[in-house]
Amino acid sequence: MRTTTSTQDFVRGIWKENPVFVMLLGLCPALAVTNTTMNAIGMGLATLFVLVCSSALVSLLRGVIPKQVRIASYIVIIATFVTIVDYAIHAISLELYNALGAFIQLIVANCVILGRAESYASKNRVTKSVVNAFGIGIGFTFALLCLGTVREVLGSGTILGYPLFGEAFQPWVVMVLPAGGFLTLGFIILGMGVYEQRKQARAAA
Amino acid sequence: MNDQTLFSIFFSAMVVNNFTLAMFLGLCPFMGVSARVETALRMGVANIFVLVLTSLSAWVLNTYILETAPYLRIISFIIVVASLVQIVEMVVKKIAPVLFRQLGIFLPLMTTNCAIFGLAIFQTNRGYDFLQGIVFAIGAGLGLTLALVLMASIRETSELSDIPAIAKGTGLTLIIAGSLSLAFMGFAGLL
Repeated sequence: MRTTTSTQDFVRGIWKENPVFVMLLGLCPALAVTNTTMNAIGMGLATLFVLVCSSALVSLLRGVIPKQVRIASYIVIIATFVTIVDYAIHAISLELYNALGAFIQLIVANCVILGRAESYASKNRVTKSVVNAFGIGIGFTFALLCLGTVREVLGSGTILGYPLFGEAFQPWVVMVLPAGGFLTLGFIILGMGVYEQRKQARAAA
Repeated sequence: MNDQTLFSIFFSAMVVNNFTLAMFLGLCPFMGVSARVETALRMGVANIFVLVLTSLSAWVLNTYILETAPYLRIISFIIVVASLVQIVEMVVKKIAPVLFRQLGIFLPLMTTNCAIFGLAIFQTNRGYDFLQGIVFAIGAGLGLTLALVLMASIRETSELSDIPAIAKGTGLTLIIAGSLSLAFMGFAGLL
């Protein structure tokens, strides 16, 4: 692996290796809870917390965990932090807890987190792993925020619950329904493809 | 205890609240192994098998062990799922090596397949009993298989059609999934 500075490590997770838009990991929570901006932020931050904590612990224990049982150990570590988040959100905001529902517990099955533990935290020093995890977590939150904002603005004409348009606005109900999630992400990825292609064409010219 | 009829649980899990298209569970294999109908079908069958086993074990855990320690639920469920997937992986490798190679990374990845973990969680939250759980698992598994096979058939056809180069790949797959999801919304009024 090439040596990289921490800033590069951090920024890479947000754009070039964005977990949702580029690596297509963690799609289930990314689509399921992003019908409002608030849910998207809550989910993003919860995932960020689990990601950073589990990366730190995996990195600390990387010399101790035997290779054969590493995946199982990572999963137990992740599950522990998910349990903490689950109970914490339950205590802090019952409203958010009910809105996110089973998806808080499903963070445990989010492949972004296990992927980080396996491919980065188990091979790097604690500080590096935490910075990397933080970048990926912010990238994940950013992706959720994009999806959540688009879907809330188009689907219910509000942002963070505040009305955005006048009375005459007809909400695109489909956007807050499951189909809207697939369509929004599909169009964002298509848009990114067009952007990359233009950039390559410009570089070639 | 939940007093839904078995039929409504089954039908709801299979089409109305289809795990993949309405609840976004199990999207990784949905995107990954939906390129060929045959592979998709086999993946679906492997999924049904793991789902039923998970439902069984989740019920046992809930009824006999987790009563006293609900905070251990996430940890114990994920361990059960991980070991089940390991067993299925070994069995498949032994009796169907070709299928094992076709499924590739997606077989071990079932551990982080939210459909399987999600089933255990939903079953607990809704308080299904033993039989309801099994029926729920079979319905969900058939629903997953249905979504996978539909998706694979569309993708096989779309490979032969004239698509702009820019739209090929994930973007198109997601938009097809969106249209399928729209179609499945038509079932919403049934139950």
